[in-house]
Amino acid sequence: MKCRRCGQPAVIDVRRHNAAFCADCFVHHCREQVKRAVHDFDMLEPGQRVLVAVSGGKDSLALWHLLRELGYEADGLYIGQGIGEYSDHSRDATVAFADAQGWKLHEIDIRGQYGFDIPGAAFATKRAPCGSCGLSKRHLFNKAALDHGYPVVATGHNLDDEAAVLLGNVLRWETGYLGRQHPVLPESRGFARKVKPLVRLGEREMAAYCVIQGIDYMVEECPMAAGNKHLGYKDMLNGLEEQSPGSKAAFLFGFLERGHEHFAVEAGEEREALGECRECGSPTSNDDLCAFCRLRERAQGVDAPVELGPTRRRRNRGRHSPSRPTSAG
Amino acid sequence: MKVLLRNPRRELEIEGPTTVLALLKRLEINPESVLVIRGDTLVTRDARLADADDIEIRPVISGGSNPA
Repeated sequence: MKCRRCGQPAVIDVRRHNAAFCADCFVHHCREQVKRAVHDFDMLEPGQRVLVAVSGGKDSLALWHLLRELGYEADGLYIGQGIGEYSDHSRDATVAFADAQGWKLHEIDIRGQYGFDIPGAAFATKRAPCGSCGLSKRHLFNKAALDHGYPVVATGHNLDDEAAVLLGNVLRWETGYLGRQHPVLPESRGFARKVKPLVRLGEREMAAYCVIQGIDYMVEECPMAAGNKHLGYKDMLNGLEEQSPGSKAAFLFGFLERGHEHFAVEAGEEREALGECRECGSPTSNDDLCAFCRLRERAQGVDAPVELGPTRRRRNRGRHSPSRPTSAG
Repeated sequence: MKVLLRNPRRELEIEGPTTVLALLKRLEINPESVLVIRGDTLVTRDARLADADDIEIRPVISGGSNPA
């Protein structure tokens, strides 16, 4: 295959664009897709200060790199979740990247600062670990942005992530989640603005961007995520994509253009009606404690006796309600 | 050729020459879900792979919590 832009031998094909690119032109393609997402969804002001949620994986490190390349004052935030060697390796990859680039990295250690970890939280709540992980990260990224005065949090959600979340939410007609599924969540009382600049790029493109740019990301997957529903949805969507390139983008962007507005009013009303957590002051639909503080209360000091993962979920089946679908909001 | 697979990490010896697409088909891997790397360079699905090549098939699908 030849590069669509310059005619040199290609290194990557992007079938949904009916295109292949050489390394230099692929980097250009990624930058253009981020610029277009930022412009189309009015995500960021030029050169704006941004807090990037980084995990050591391909998406977050590529996002940080791309935002810096595009002139944003982007700093990183890493959250240590206490998932054994996996967390050790993800921190190592993040710190090594930040040090090599000379960029500012904030760190939060959930166990050290809040007295629990994700395996312990999953054991204490008897729910899938991804739920406790996502809840904790949403709360702590938002809190860190407000505490450090960042007007915007950027996350590395890509086209595949968003299409898979959309599929999960449509399968259950989760109208509240559908109303909050958007590449931009505006700032409101107690919430920093949240943006997803990689929404026009697939995760295969993000991995390729890292390989081409020499970004040493963590290839290893979280042991607690293996076998979860989100990965199953991605498998199904990739099956469709292989048969019919462009399916994932058509599904997601069709929803954003023609479906989202029908659910957004309900989500906006829910946000307006939120109270304050008595412990941390964060917005909450509960009159007492927010979901993070409730999780912390239940999980503090709990050690998971065994490695938790999909096996744990299978063992619990029948005794607990199914895990909540993934929320993009 | 030596073929490195990940998650879990394992190595296979597969006879060449072949194409990237044929290799992935033989291993029942969806091309949408991986990158194929020869040495340290990405290759497209039509690339021909020789018997002496070192190939990595790197999964790109990640998933878990959704922090935003």
